[in-house]
Amino acid sequence: MADNVTPRVRVPRDAAAGETITIKTLISHPMESGQRKDSDGNTIPRSIINRFTCEFNGESVMEMILEPAISTNPFIEFQAIVPESGTFAFTWYDDDGSVYEESKDIAVS
Amino acid sequence: ATALPMSARAAIEDAIAAFTDGAEMAESGITLTAPEIAENGNTVPIEVSAPGAASIIILAAGNPTPGVATFNFGPLAGAQAASTRMRLAGTQDVVAIAKMEDGSYAQARQEVKVTIGGCGG
Repeated sequence: MADNVTPRVRVPRDAAAGETITIKTLISHPMESGQRKDSDGNTIPRSIINRFTCEFNGESVMEMILEPAISTNPFIEFQAIVPESGTFAFTWYDDDGSVYEESKDIAVS
Repeated sequence: ATALPMSARAAIEDAIAAFTDGAEMAESGITLTAPEIAENGNTVPIEVSAPGAASIIILAAGNPTPGVATFNFGPLAGAQAASTRMRLAGTQDVVAIAKMEDGSYAQARQEVKVTIGGCGG
């Protein structure tokens, strides 16, 4: 179990209908690759976030499959279309079964 | 290109074949943006963009395992593009392959020179 896993997301507060916005996400996580060895020469077991999804009002924006080659504290930047006011839901899936969630509201004016 | 052990070369060929099913790949239609020289292999910024792609896979030919990330774009994706940060074990080719909505494939390749490797080996 990774400790102190904190998701952070930046989404604009409002947008025009149909506008494309940029979303940035960062989650604190060691992303232990399974390649490193400890001081006794034992391999440190892999422990990473393996999947990330972003949905808006239940419809998919994007899904990312993460491999051990993704850096510590995974950063993801991508773009979304905002057809109406609603909520972005962000979900990160950990190797250990933990699921981390964050959501952001956006208003269409 | 970088000289690789046979096993690493085979691993990336296998990973490409698994994604494309051996289909021909166009050399245009996808953009891979990565630094030419990365001082620290632990966190190398990378950006991929392929208008009209259903999914994009990123592979690192010289890492212990070639897989880096796969992006699957949904109907509300504002662009078939994404940025992230990756680890590179050493100087090597980074490959991005897009599967387009029409079922065709496109690839982009770039060598990244790494000063300090990022896989703890």
